[in-house]
Amino acid sequence: MKKTINILLSLAFALSLASTVEAKRGSDGQLNLLYWQAPSTMNPNLSGGTKELEASSIVLEPFARYDEKGNLLPWLVEVIPTVANGGISKDLTSITWKIKKGIKWSDGSALTAEDAIFTYEYCSNPDTGCTQSNYWVDIKSVTAVNSTTVKVEFTVPKPFPYAPFVGYNAPILQKAQFDGCQGAKAQECNKQNFYPIGTGPFKVVDFKPNDVIVLEANPNYRDANKPAFSKVVLKGGGDAVSAARAVLETGEMDYGWNLQVEPEILIKMEKAGKGKVVSAFGTSVERLMVNFTNPDPSLGENRAEYMGGNNNRNPHPYLTDYNVRRALSLAIDRQVLVDAGYGKAGRIGCNVLPAPAIYASSANDECKTPNVAEANRLLDVAGWKRGSDGIRKKNGVRISILYQTSTNSVRQASQALIKEMWKQIGVETELRNLSASVFFGGDVGSPDTYQKFFTDIEMYTNNFSGADPQTYMSNWTCREMAQKSNKWGGNNMPRWCSPAYDALSAKLSITSDMKDRIRLSKEMNDMLMQDYAMIPLVHRGDVSAHSNKISGVLINPWDSELWNIADWTRK
Amino acid sequence: MIQFIIRRILIAIPTLLVISFIIFAILDLAPNDPTGNLPMTVPAEVREKIRESLGLGQPMHVRFGKWLVQFFVNEPLNILHDGFGITIGDAENRTRILSWATRSPVVDLIIQRTPQTLWVVGLSYLFGILIAIPIGIISAYKQYSWFDQVGTFVTMVGFSVPTFFTGMLAIILFSVQLKWFPMIYDTTLEVNSWDNFVLQVKQMFMPVAVLALYNASQLSRFMRASILDNLNLDYVRTARSKGRSEQVVLLIHVLRNSLIPVVTLIALGIPTIFSGAIITEQIFRVNGLGQLLIIGIESADIPLVQTLTFLFAVLIVLFNLIADVIYGILDPRIRYD
Repeated sequence: MKKTINILLSLAFALSLASTVEAKRGSDGQLNLLYWQAPSTMNPNLSGGTKELEASSIVLEPFARYDEKGNLLPWLVEVIPTVANGGISKDLTSITWKIKKGIKWSDGSALTAEDAIFTYEYCSNPDTGCTQSNYWVDIKSVTAVNSTTVKVEFTVPKPFPYAPFVGYNAPILQKAQFDGCQGAKAQECNKQNFYPIGTGPFKVVDFKPNDVIVLEANPNYRDANKPAFSKVVLKGGGDAVSAARAVLETGEMDYGWNLQVEPEILIKMEKAGKGKVVSAFGTSVERLMVNFTNPDPSLGENRAEYMGGNNNRNPHPYLTDYNVRRALSLAIDRQVLVDAGYGKAGRIGCNVLPAPAIYASSANDECKTPNVAEANRLLDVAGWKRGSDGIRKKNGVRISILYQTSTNSVRQASQALIKEMWKQIGVETELRNLSASVFFGGDVGSPDTYQKFFTDIEMYTNNFSGADPQTYMSNWTCREMAQKSNKWGGNNMPRWCSPAYDALSAKLSITSDMKDRIRLSKEMNDMLMQDYAMIPLVHRGDVSAHSNKISGVLINPWDSELWNIADWTRK
Repeated sequence: MIQFIIRRILIAIPTLLVISFIIFAILDLAPNDPTGNLPMTVPAEVREKIRESLGLGQPMHVRFGKWLVQFFVNEPLNILHDGFGITIGDAENRTRILSWATRSPVVDLIIQRTPQTLWVVGLSYLFGILIAIPIGIISAYKQYSWFDQVGTFVTMVGFSVPTFFTGMLAIILFSVQLKWFPMIYDTTLEVNSWDNFVLQVKQMFMPVAVLALYNASQLSRFMRASILDNLNLDYVRTARSKGRSEQVVLLIHVLRNSLIPVVTLIALGIPTIFSGAIITEQIFRVNGLGQLLIIGIESADIPLVQTLTFLFAVLIVLFNLIADVIYGILDPRIRYD
């Protein structure tokens, strides 16, 4: 008798345990997401906007994706291919992905290698106008070894071959659905583009472009107990402040994305106790670009042109002086900039390559504390003497900076603060701001683009997607200099040129060992920072907010913020 | 009268063609770029390919010609095909006006969003009229009374405070503090039961109220002025001296005559219902035509902006004509020939 009671008790205990640990699929009802920029399509290949990438990531999945720390996770495959496990060939020209057993599309059919091949063909077709085509470059062929094994062959050695089929930029499309939507036809397949069939935890049931997306749990999802929510409503539109209010103050919404709101407003809203502000730091750095060439308009055609050689025969009158650049950086109190404009969405940035953590250098931490006295001393020693107006000059050259950026309230506040900080070291600053569509517009006819950089200093944010910095770091090689000959199409805005840096960049592109890649990348970052080719200001983060009733949110700067939505639950 | 209408319609055709060309030219010359909103990580070559896939490689007159054919031939034929099952020509391969941001037919987007705009903005217009006319009448009849003073004050405030401010105020008061109404318009709500009807009324309350206040303020000022003009005229004195009651004098003689300019004004305002209330729709996240237009402008979705703006132009021309006709019906003194 006692024994049976014991058995019954333990059985009951086990059952109750099971029911608390294992949430059943669809047991948590509806999840409300608010994206104040509304998604306009569910096909990430036809829109490069982050809002569409985020929305489609709930449905479409890649072979591998990044977790919140920037590590690659096998998602639809068994393991991440490496040279060590034979997934990547020794000469680095091919990678082989093995699809996990039993992965099904939401219509019940199996995911096969054919779907992956089709995805490549779809995006690499020039008539498709695929916005993600830079994830599919240098590919010789994509072939099926068998029905669940895909081999990608490259035309050049790829030390970091994780671009095709990786991350939310390059997910797999279903061949059966998108067949006939390749090339020019892609534009007209709006049924497919709005209701893509995916392998993800949810499937689209209603899509209203630029307004709302209704999704239901995918009945064929690989984990029988997930997702915990039966329905997801992704509402779009409005503005960031009211989106924050809907999550933090009224609690109408469970998740609000990209809340670029003044820090004090967000802090006040969070006090209502309904939700939590979360932030994640990716690779975005707000930085000052230093012009190494002379932007004097009287130079005409040669304005801000790099005229060759290591000595640069068209040097900037004062910014080519190392001491001036260093003094400008030393004079800036970055904490003030963070507190005034960013709050939780920023922290002091001393590197142009701030993340993933393994790549972050600590050699430039000098910038964390401003040192006006040292800056003044440096300028004095270098012979820049204060004139009667308090502005330093040497040989008739006054340090009077023209400082441009895009129109944006946070940027203008930063500009004003930096102007004051530079005044303390005897530097005069004239501020200028340009509409973002002009500044970033890239119109070759306009003198006001960030590529032409016809001023002394300019400020903006840049970043790279994914977790590998190779392409990003090659932005500051000599051949990337933006100038007349390449129609200002390069990425090296400071027109800073160093053969030693170029050599490191070339070496990085053929190195596959992770430790060496990290060492080289850090070295390149330190070189740029210690020569003050750029002056980093703020390491910027993504800010979102979620309701206190939702658990499982892990905000991810390397992939979609909704990457693990299958694991989200309601408390 | 018929002759007048036909003449006006004939004049409207070249007018509209010119308007459509001007809209197209302005949009084309503006320094807009549909790839301008893409992240900086998308390289220049990819941007160029995207522009080509959208048809931006062709010269302007070719694109304008294509748009004209699509708008005046293909889209009407498609409406016949989808709506009434009448097929003329090759329905399968007909090119329609595609939005650049969503890659779906612009007309479908417009059809999807028109009901919300008509309900929210249309109701606010209706309520605005229903509030404005009585306030205008009483304010004018009892000029400088306390009612007139309060009415003038409220309508001046309603007229001069922008809707983005009253909208935010309403959200903070009724959603955040009192929690009476939701601040986000749920566009997936289907009214199929009493509870859902209540929800629908609740979510429509704030946008409708904010817009109704604005519309009422404008109209009641006109109503008041118009009645004041008429009250001093000879026919009012005649009516009074005939011994008509004040009620009859005011509500029959004066009201009918004062309504003539106001009705014209109301008719001219109807196209603005269709163009939606850009700001109000944005604040309350109502998926109406105004919101569609602003999203289109932000993302440089030129076919969408072009088609929407042109439709508004058609409506304005049409309601101008209607206003003229109504004017003639209400006021027998007006003759058209």
